[in-house]
Amino acid sequence: MAYVALSDRGQALSHPKSWVTKYVWSQDHKVIAIQYGITAIAVGVVALILSAMMRLQLGFPDSFSIISPSEYYQFVTMHGMIMVIYLLTALFLGGFGNYLIPLMVGARDMVFPYMNMLSYWVYLLSVIILMASFFVPGGPTGAGWTLYPPQAIMFGTPGADWGIIFMLVSLAVFIVAFTMGGLNYVTTVLQARTRGMTLMRMPLSVWGIFTATVLGLLAFPALLVSAIMMMLDRLLGTSFFMPAIVSMGEQTEYGGGSPVLFQHLFWFFGHPEVYIVALPAFGIVSDLLSTHARKNIFGYRMMVWAIVIIGGLSFVVWAHHMYVSGMNPYFGFFFATTTLIIAVPTAIKVYNWVLTLWQGNIHLRVPMLFAIGFIFTFIHGGLTGIFLGNVVVDLPLSDTYFVVAHFHMVMGVSPILVVFGAIYHWYPKMTGRMFNETMGKWHFWLTFLGTYAIYLPMHYLGFLGVPRRYYSYEGIDFIPESALALNTQISTAALFVAVVQILFFVNIIWSLFKGPKADGNPWGATTLEWQTKETPPIHGNWGPELPGVYRWAYDYSVPGAEKDFIPQNVPPAPGETSGT
Amino acid sequence: MLVAIAFILLVVISVAFHLWSPWWFTPLASDWGTIDLTVDITFWVTGAVFIAVNLFMAYAIIRYRNKGPDTARARYEPENPKLEIWLTVVTAIGVAAMLAPGLVVWNDFVNVPDEAWEVEVVGEQWRWTYRLPGEDDQLGTSDASLVNIKNPLGVNPNDPNGQDDLIITSNIVHIPIDKPVKMLLRSKDVLHDFAVAEFRVKMDLVPGLVTYIWLTPTKIGTYDVLCEELCGLAHFTMRGKVVVDTQEDFDAWKAEQMTFAETQAISEGNVAVGQALYGICAACHGQNGEGNVALNSPKLSGQADWYIAQQLHNFKHGIRGAHEDDEFGKQMAPMAAVLADDAAIRNVSAYVASLPPHITESSAQGDIERGMDLYLTCGTCHGMAGQGNYATHSPKLSGQEDWYLTRQLQNFRNGVRGEHRDDLFGPQMRSMARMLRSDDDVNDIVAYIGTLSQTDQLAPTTNERGQ
Repeated sequence: MAYVALSDRGQALSHPKSWVTKYVWSQDHKVIAIQYGITAIAVGVVALILSAMMRLQLGFPDSFSIISPSEYYQFVTMHGMIMVIYLLTALFLGGFGNYLIPLMVGARDMVFPYMNMLSYWVYLLSVIILMASFFVPGGPTGAGWTLYPPQAIMFGTPGADWGIIFMLVSLAVFIVAFTMGGLNYVTTVLQARTRGMTLMRMPLSVWGIFTATVLGLLAFPALLVSAIMMMLDRLLGTSFFMPAIVSMGEQTEYGGGSPVLFQHLFWFFGHPEVYIVALPAFGIVSDLLSTHARKNIFGYRMMVWAIVIIGGLSFVVWAHHMYVSGMNPYFGFFFATTTLIIAVPTAIKVYNWVLTLWQGNIHLRVPMLFAIGFIFTFIHGGLTGIFLGNVVVDLPLSDTYFVVAHFHMVMGVSPILVVFGAIYHWYPKMTGRMFNETMGKWHFWLTFLGTYAIYLPMHYLGFLGVPRRYYSYEGIDFIPESALALNTQISTAALFVAVVQILFFVNIIWSLFKGPKADGNPWGATTLEWQTKETPPIHGNWGPELPGVYRWAYDYSVPGAEKDFIPQNVPPAPGETSGT
Repeated sequence: MLVAIAFILLVVISVAFHLWSPWWFTPLASDWGTIDLTVDITFWVTGAVFIAVNLFMAYAIIRYRNKGPDTARARYEPENPKLEIWLTVVTAIGVAAMLAPGLVVWNDFVNVPDEAWEVEVVGEQWRWTYRLPGEDDQLGTSDASLVNIKNPLGVNPNDPNGQDDLIITSNIVHIPIDKPVKMLLRSKDVLHDFAVAEFRVKMDLVPGLVTYIWLTPTKIGTYDVLCEELCGLAHFTMRGKVVVDTQEDFDAWKAEQMTFAETQAISEGNVAVGQALYGICAACHGQNGEGNVALNSPKLSGQADWYIAQQLHNFKHGIRGAHEDDEFGKQMAPMAAVLADDAAIRNVSAYVASLPPHITESSAQGDIERGMDLYLTCGTCHGMAGQGNYATHSPKLSGQEDWYLTRQLQNFRNGVRGEHRDDLFGPQMRSMARMLRSDDDVNDIVAYIGTLSQTDQLAPTTNERGQ
């Protein structure tokens, strides 16, 4: 039998027969995407509330705060872990990856729909295990999201009995879920693209998600093995990460292990993790900018190569998180160099976003506001990364609030702005209705300005030398009263930003029922997901015939064309010479 | 349009905030001016990029925003290789300009000058201790497995080089000005980080390894030592001081410190001698140390000798009972002054520790369930059974009378106790007591402590643990 390309085979889809198989045990990538999205955002709200409690303690230690030191460290830990893994990773890959990949590459679904469904349910299990740790004796772990041993598994750290075990098990389960989803995304991108959809015609969203998934598949195993090894140290008394130590005045049975080994494993995962979150955001924001500026993305090929190069380099920079960890200091030369090299392709991406706006026809709609807001916050967060990446500049700033401000700017605020922009952008496609534009604009302005009011001053606490992960600061001579007052201001802004997120929820829920009906392609976008017959797309996406692709994803404002965009599935007009 | 104006304003505000912010690096107290210089270079390069790119973006938005149906179409320009290469090269040059000086300075940091003298910093949950080489300018070997109550740093007793090492169990260390010093960093338990903001350099302490930093102090003064690597619950209370002295002051301070051999030769407290000294204490605290609420004298029996000794030392030296609002502490201070010297304190403490446990009924009113939850924080240092722990310098709580616990918690809350600058451990408790936000919190915890077993878990004494 002759070989038939996967995209040309009639894929047998398991069509839902009841409400349960349609919305619960669904194998439709779009439903799974929304399940992932809702779960991730719900758990993100928990993490947001935890951060509000922390900010109450830091800003109002003697008045409004209600948490003890144990709870403070537990909330610090859970906030960080939830935001990085269970919200951002799950939302970008499980949520947007699931929704967009098949639609954007012209496939009917993921290549393995059943495994895709399992991926979500296993993810949900990991979330349930994580949340359960709030209810075990001693509460969740308070070891910090980096879970550094020895303290993570020793008496003296909150949750060292049960909390840490639940955390490690939850992470292991999450990695299983991610692997099932991730193999699907990679296979779908490589094998199930429709005719004409060459790799260099793919929208940058797909490139970002695809590269991030490859990074995840290579990086998460390092976290898995370190979780297993730490579990063995904790439960069976092995000493992978445990040297001979004294605990609370008593000799322990441990000996011979290395805490620094854990840090290498953790950051071998942890640094690519930054890009697992950032690359999908890079891709998505490129598509948002191009669509709403009615202009092709500037330097498409350079953008693709930048994503790939950043992805590759992200595996050789991990120890820049460890400049003061006590590793061999000579490593500093290598890792500072690789880290600053990664600034070059990253800067190119920023230039190309800005040059996409140049000579564009910029429509400042809600998704676009979030996209250009992202450029601003990402420039800020990226530049402060150069401070921390340059080993000797890191010495005074490491472990201070400068670090907290930097990573919240670059991988908190920036990706979240993209998440909001993307949700508003694809909302009409996902629901068939438009959101409320005014409420969306208020949401953008209050969030964008509010977060800057949180994080700009926070950098200056770091310059001063205020350490992070402190429950309270009294009795430190070099920290003046004014710095504590600044903390109060930061907390006020943080609580404000947390509260205004209600606008987002009200908007998307209200519009779901009352929003005006949306047209199938309200933004005039070129990519395939906007060209489906039905909105929202039905199971199988395309009806009897898969779309064919004749051009790249960015034919906006092509000279001589009738409209200011030409969808990817429109064949070349007679005499048109399509460049790409 | 609005967004472009917002960007311009944010750039202006950021620059203004930077120029007028009172929050900036602390005045430098070491010779690491090169680090500050590298920060400055990084700041100017990145600051210029921040301003330029954002203003360009704002301009692009203003100029090319959609102004209605008549707006010109966007320009179709897939790429511009010349411009892209040009931007790449300029960026690479900018990056190299920041990296190169950084690597040069890092090379200085990694390579310690030969003339640097060495001092050891030892971290443990949650305090700093130090060791200075003695006459031989050499530190003896050490190992975590040798740690015990008499040898808190785990110095090898069989190493002749270690006998004259100076053991500093206070969290304050002195170093002389203008002499390069290499600080060897060692941890007994978990990761810590030795950070002095004014010195700019910091490094983690890793159990099983010896790490280092080096610097030349350039300014006389007292500087905060903070732990900057999360090391468990009381991380934020792990504080110390480093005092930069003139050579003469440093030598004088050094002469007062005990060598390792001297710390090993300290005799145990003598119970019989202590009993005679206790006579005066018994008047208020009772013949058997059972305490007397009418005289505001707490129960002493059951408490460990090291804690009694420490508090007597504090009373005697005006560290405790000196606050004007500490009505009853002020009564104790002159009593402790009667004890002639450290040996007398050790003797009477040994006698107190030998008193038979005295069971008391708790009459505390409070929500025991809530108290138990709150106690999770307390139990981390004081022991989950309230048995106390020498390693964290936390006294036994179980069996202590409720009125006394309540009063002391209130004293810590109100800054009546634990505020003194020479108090080594009081400030830690003071920081922890900030979690008590109401009288109910205090009552609930005290009520829970009242339910803990009083006899099962006695605090170990030096005599038992020193073996």
